[in-house]
Amino acid sequence: MSQNLPTEDNSATLEEFLKLDGITKRFGNLTANDGISLSLAVGEILAVLGENGAGKTTLMNIIFGHYVADEGSVEVRGQSLPPGSSEAAIKAGIGMVHQHFTLAENLTVLENIILGREPLFSIRQKLSAGRRKLRALSEQFGLDVQPDTLVGDLTVGQRQRVEILKALYADAQILILDEPTAVLTPQETENLFATLRSLVEKGMSAIIISHKLNEILRISDRIALLRRGKLIGVVDAKDADRDQLAEMMVGRKVTRPKTQRLKAGAAVLKLENVSTSGASSSEDLKNVNLSIHAHEICGVAGVAGNGQNSLADLICGLRAPSSGSIELMGKKLTRFDCRTVVKAGVGRIPEDRHAKGIIGEMAVWENLVSEDLRQPPFIRGAVLLDKSAGCDHAASTIERYDIRCPGPQAETRLLSGGNLQKLILARGLSRQPRLIIASQPSRGLDEGAIAYVHGQLLEARKHGAGILLISEDLDELLSLADRIAVIFRGQLREIPAEASHDIRQIGLMMSGQEAV
Amino acid sequence: MIRLEPRERVPIWLAGTAPIVAIIVTLVLCSALILWAGEPVFQSYLLLVEGALGSKFAISETLSRATPLIFTGLAAAVAFRAKFWNIGAEGQFYFGALAVTWIGTGLFSLPPVLMIPILFLAGAVAGGALLYVPVVLKTRLNVDEVVTTLLLNFVVILLVSYLIEGPWKDPMSLGWPQAAPIIEQGELPKLLERTRLHLGFVVAIVAAIAVWLLMKLTVWGYEIRAVGFNAEGASFAGISINSTVIRTALISGGLAGMAGVSEVAGLKGYLTLDLSPGFGYAGIAVAMLAQLHPLGVIASAIFLSAIFIGADSMSRSSDVSSYIADVVTAVSLLLVLLSVMLVRFRVRWS
Repeated sequence: MSQNLPTEDNSATLEEFLKLDGITKRFGNLTANDGISLSLAVGEILAVLGENGAGKTTLMNIIFGHYVADEGSVEVRGQSLPPGSSEAAIKAGIGMVHQHFTLAENLTVLENIILGREPLFSIRQKLSAGRRKLRALSEQFGLDVQPDTLVGDLTVGQRQRVEILKALYADAQILILDEPTAVLTPQETENLFATLRSLVEKGMSAIIISHKLNEILRISDRIALLRRGKLIGVVDAKDADRDQLAEMMVGRKVTRPKTQRLKAGAAVLKLENVSTSGASSSEDLKNVNLSIHAHEICGVAGVAGNGQNSLADLICGLRAPSSGSIELMGKKLTRFDCRTVVKAGVGRIPEDRHAKGIIGEMAVWENLVSEDLRQPPFIRGAVLLDKSAGCDHAASTIERYDIRCPGPQAETRLLSGGNLQKLILARGLSRQPRLIIASQPSRGLDEGAIAYVHGQLLEARKHGAGILLISEDLDELLSLADRIAVIFRGQLREIPAEASHDIRQIGLMMSGQEAV
Repeated sequence: MIRLEPRERVPIWLAGTAPIVAIIVTLVLCSALILWAGEPVFQSYLLLVEGALGSKFAISETLSRATPLIFTGLAAAVAFRAKFWNIGAEGQFYFGALAVTWIGTGLFSLPPVLMIPILFLAGAVAGGALLYVPVVLKTRLNVDEVVTTLLLNFVVILLVSYLIEGPWKDPMSLGWPQAAPIIEQGELPKLLERTRLHLGFVVAIVAAIAVWLLMKLTVWGYEIRAVGFNAEGASFAGISINSTVIRTALISGGLAGMAGVSEVAGLKGYLTLDLSPGFGYAGIAVAMLAQLHPLGVIASAIFLSAIFIGADSMSRSSDVSSYIADVVTAVSLLLVLLSVMLVRFRVRWS
């Protein structure tokens, strides 16, 4: 690294609020946090940036008392926190907004907020006091909520607001937000950032955990970078730029694959008035029309739970439509099962790598041949599975797709997330599919692996594949997709070509509003 | 606080010695019961070992007792691999015994080379057919197979009871509730003179090797394992879960049915209601002890059978009750499971 970065963080000349001193946490042989010292000043937003597995969430869990650090201490206003006690952390004014919300859907907003804050009995009396305090808080911070609405009826953005209010209700002075924008539309993200700015103006502080560089640069004052459990530097957000941060985060230069439009070819997938049934009402597809051509990437944007799973399952062969017709490579699909779809030339990258993509207890070679069990050269004498052919195939695939593993016979569950994804890509792409369905292909991967996945998808497009890319990461869609459709409550609407990369428009459609 | 951490790599010496250590610890723990009965520990165990393995006769008894356990152990091992919980091996055992009684007591007569394979085949078909009902209920209607297979056991046993008290009762049996004996051509030849060890033992070993090869080398074995490890992932890869589970059930039921054939045509000669002292249920313990490995089933069936035969013999010449065998079985099962966990995980104290 060219710059001389401070590895100790002494920049907090303002009133110090939270101080971490030499936090070390080991899990077996893995050092999740290695001597991390950080401080947070009053009125500051600190971003903790790092790849998956860099130790961000572990560090926050130590602050919040979920984990006990092996070494080091956490101090709030000069007083050290007793380790391993969430209660003490809450008392000291630390509030956590989890990535997966911890709200009870069948309770009202007010009930959720006072849950755990009040004694179990005589709740009736406290409810009115709670209501008063909640109203005062929501006025003070401009966080608008209806106290008596059921949480189950709220949107994701509103739920997050309830989570924040819940922390404020417990008199939090520091908010820790774990990947807060992962589930938000761009507009909701803007609202969240406005809320955070008003909170810090009133003397609070916040820590944001994220791996989204663009957002972090916009919202935070300082950025702490973690890599493999070590604090590798703290930089001022106003001095930092995206590429430099990415390089620091990964530890080497990341070249993002370049995209260029290609001339679209024949249709490889055509959905006509396709509906599904059986999932929840917002997950079921309703009269979806979509066509994808060769040499083209069609992105599907949307907030999680709006029908992406139904769409992906449909094209993967896991689900049959309740009405409408599906054409693959110009042929109408009549049987809806995985084997038929794969044979028709679909390469599939499932959203849940561990549950669907692989069988962890089986060997790498066994997972690589799992879609071709009854095909030559893997079948011999009608019943035998040819292990040596499988291992040969695996060995060459491992080399070609750069899957880091001890060998074809290694147990698959021991592979890292990035290598698992490479394995799944290798299985899906090595048969040169004409249609690729990729659901959240880069979720949870580090920058290097993301670049690899994107590179492979672009390469497949160049060779004539049509790609349906379902992603919650708008940056990913905007950089890869030739056109973007938005899915909302099971309805798919394509964005007009002239606005196809207009993030505001996409955001509006993601929240179900008509474009203006 | 105690925490378990998965080991990244399991050393071979650990995986190999853990079950042996578990068995030794079992014997140490169970010696408390022997002391309680007021007998010397070492000598009692010596009596047990002598009773199970001390003579040609003792060994032949141990192996012939192990024979049905190998079959039922394989039945459980195959089914459990696919996470199909067949608790009904006892019923399938008796269904196999019914089939062999029906065909083998004079329906037709062929030379032994043909007769014996036909009897085994009939028993396997019967056992598989019985399990077909619960498996179809499971795949079509999602009915829990633990309940259906378990309850079918009692249905089958009542059916056997009806048949051997009624239409199938042997008129030559002096009033005892038993069916007619298997004809001579259908009797399994003895392996050793003047012992009860019969051809069924060889068939059981062959079956274990066949199941092992099936699991290891064939597409079916791959599919059974894949469905057991991760049904969702297997289904995504294009493996039909329903046909895999049905296929597994037919194999499992067939193996349990063969146990019934082996006991009727090899050991007893005719069907009675006390043909099985719970071989179907013991098969589950055999399979678990063997970690569901088909070849391990042979070893664990022989081990458990040796404990029972040895404990029987020990109780005849000392004051220790033969129920010690049940305790040893239970404790060794628990400890082997514990040892397996300790092989996969390491314990951390903090």
